[in-house]
Amino acid sequence: MEYFSQQLINGLTLGSIYGLIAIGYTMVYGIIGMVNFAHGDVFMVGSFIALIALLVLGVSAAMPIAMLVAVLILVILITMTLTSVWGWTVERIAYRPLRGSFRLAPLITAIGMSITLQNFVQLVQGAQVKALPSIASGGYALFGTDRFMVRISNIQIIIIGVTALLTIGLALLISRTAIGRSQRACEQDVRMAALLGVNVDHTISLTFVIGAALAAVGGVMYLLYYGVIDFYIGFGIGIKAFTAAVLGGIGSFPGAVLGGLLLGLIETYWSAYFSVEYKDVAAFSILIVTLIFLPSGLLGRPEVEKV
Amino acid sequence: MADDPALQPTADFRPEGAEVQAEARQAGLPPRSAKPVESRSIAALKDAAIAAFVALALSGPIVGLVMVPGPSKALIVQQRWVPVAAIVAIVFIGRLLLNLFVWNRARQAATQPRPLAQRLPPIGAFATPLLLVLAVGLPILVIYAVPDQSRYILGVGTLILTYIMLGWGLNIVVGLAGLLDLGYVAFYAIGAYSYALISTEFGWSFWICLPLAGLFAAAFGVMLGFPVLRLRGDYLAIVTLAFGEIIRLVLLNWTQLTKGPAGINQIPRPSFFGLPFAAGPGGFSETFGLAYSPNHRIVFLYYLILAMALITSVVTIRIRNLPIGRAWEALRYDEIASRSLGINTTNVKLAAFAIGAMFAGFAGSFFATRQGFISPESFNFMESATILAIVVLGGAGSQLGVAIAAVVMIGGLEALRNLSLLKSVFGENFDPTQYRLLAFGLVMVAIMVWRPRGLVSRRRPSVLLKDLKRPATDSARQAG
Repeated sequence: MEYFSQQLINGLTLGSIYGLIAIGYTMVYGIIGMVNFAHGDVFMVGSFIALIALLVLGVSAAMPIAMLVAVLILVILITMTLTSVWGWTVERIAYRPLRGSFRLAPLITAIGMSITLQNFVQLVQGAQVKALPSIASGGYALFGTDRFMVRISNIQIIIIGVTALLTIGLALLISRTAIGRSQRACEQDVRMAALLGVNVDHTISLTFVIGAALAAVGGVMYLLYYGVIDFYIGFGIGIKAFTAAVLGGIGSFPGAVLGGLLLGLIETYWSAYFSVEYKDVAAFSILIVTLIFLPSGLLGRPEVEKV
Repeated sequence: MADDPALQPTADFRPEGAEVQAEARQAGLPPRSAKPVESRSIAALKDAAIAAFVALALSGPIVGLVMVPGPSKALIVQQRWVPVAAIVAIVFIGRLLLNLFVWNRARQAATQPRPLAQRLPPIGAFATPLLLVLAVGLPILVIYAVPDQSRYILGVGTLILTYIMLGWGLNIVVGLAGLLDLGYVAFYAIGAYSYALISTEFGWSFWICLPLAGLFAAAFGVMLGFPVLRLRGDYLAIVTLAFGEIIRLVLLNWTQLTKGPAGINQIPRPSFFGLPFAAGPGGFSETFGLAYSPNHRIVFLYYLILAMALITSVVTIRIRNLPIGRAWEALRYDEIASRSLGINTTNVKLAAFAIGAMFAGFAGSFFATRQGFISPESFNFMESATILAIVVLGGAGSQLGVAIAAVVMIGGLEALRNLSLLKSVFGENFDPTQYRLLAFGLVMVAIMVWRPRGLVSRRRPSVLLKDLKRPATDSARQAG
């Protein structure tokens, strides 16, 4: 029971990170119907920017707690801003010229962008793994016996809390504001939205910016949780996050978060009870099984075949 | 697939004011953008400044602040602002020049009736025989012209031909049947491991293992295809991607069978139909009365992959005229229509997957016998992406385009490896190999933006109604 609960906490933490990245996939897919393959690498760039920002600001565990929190918030904001410029640029260079072109074209540029980003970061920052000294190592013991204590670390609280906050914030943004309204309009019917005066280019750019900003937060959280990053993390995490988006129902924003949490739980429990080596195989098998039996995901709208 | 809005050729997402400009053009009025020269150059300047600012935001932190291990092994940040300044300056000047001289003209020229691509003469007519003659004659040419380099050049040639064969194999799935496969390398891996395991465990010869490897790969193609072929478009792409990763992870972790990350070595080299390439008696050179030379095997491998690639191509071209090929083509244009015309789409798709996978299996066992060593690292997603890029960049469905794209991409990658020219420009410390993949990715994006339908995209449907010479849907729906 204690072991199970501990894995629940770990799974939710991992799932939060997946969920934050999955939102970017699902929003882009919802509007322009393409898999933004470079999104995982935007997340990777975000985690690098976050590490640089943390090092420049000289964060250390010795700081007073209030200062540490303030610095963390500052780092998150800096990373979100700078990473969203990357997301915007990727869309502007690689996807916008191909809008309305045939279906494979943006997928190929997305793969090209992914390769470019990976090798760019490898080139400028080096191929070695970058480690962050632990800055908030404490935690709380929740319950359990002397033999096995269920613990939740400060980092885990931060990750789950920030994800919940951002999810609520984004839900409000989508449902209450003009930006969200034009986004929902574009998601339903791009051509009609354009006819009714929605600036489609602007909305799509904004979608990429929001997706990149959330991926950046995911990057900060990944960095805090695992403490090591390299230029190649974007690929694996990106595919997992995409799996999460598909699992939740691609195009559906609550689905992405739900799918992320579920995937995190499944992966954690699989590693805990079966085998660590095959955890990725498990995650990918879930993707395949979901698509076969539940092609529109848990919360997605069924795809209608139009003739 | 054909109902995908992205497929429709209409300009769905025109920029603001496009309609007004279009109307003005029709009415013979001067376009609104024809402002006085000064304000236009000021606008260009402003635009370039914004671009430079974006470049600064992009490159500032990640290029300007580099993390290096400090004295106590903890990371420290070093500042490096010269490359950032260079990037920003390049973007600013480049954007300004483009604004002032290129894009203005391009906008004016956009009203011309025919794009450049259509005015080029058809290259297929003479390029195909030329490339073929070059491919066949390359070993002879190289061995007599540059004997000390011949080993390396033929090695690169063999590599390019391997990718051409893989490209042609994937072309069956992507170009003919219109199914997007991002996990093609899995079948390549299965072919390679089939040959490696059978030949090392049972000692069977290459010529027995080759068809077996193809069969295994085709069986896996059917195994993957059977459950997932109900999926369409991007979903299929992602599932095939996941399948490719699963195969790689299984190869990596099933250590009893595959020896895991250590890989399989001492895979038997191919023989000349039973005659080994060795110096001793009974070898190839002695039987034919030649002086022994290590080049024999290299040349043989080169011709072997050339023959296998050509067989792939011939089979593809022939199969296009069979009922199954016609069905693929119909499927690519409109899946719903072909289903309502009685085509069993599942079987047709499965056939495409199986045949495509079979050729990847052949290529895989060739790869294993050529390298003599394989490990899961050779079969990562990057390979799938490269092969798919070759197919799409070449122009999905076009045999010649795929070959040209493979020569450009793989040959270009190899050429970047040892360009001494770049060293003289950027100084001795410049290491071109570091930039290979970066350039690869950028070229992929650039070619795609420049010609979204690939380098050679002049394919017409194989069958036409007699009185309908030009189907209206051709260019719009090709390769969908």
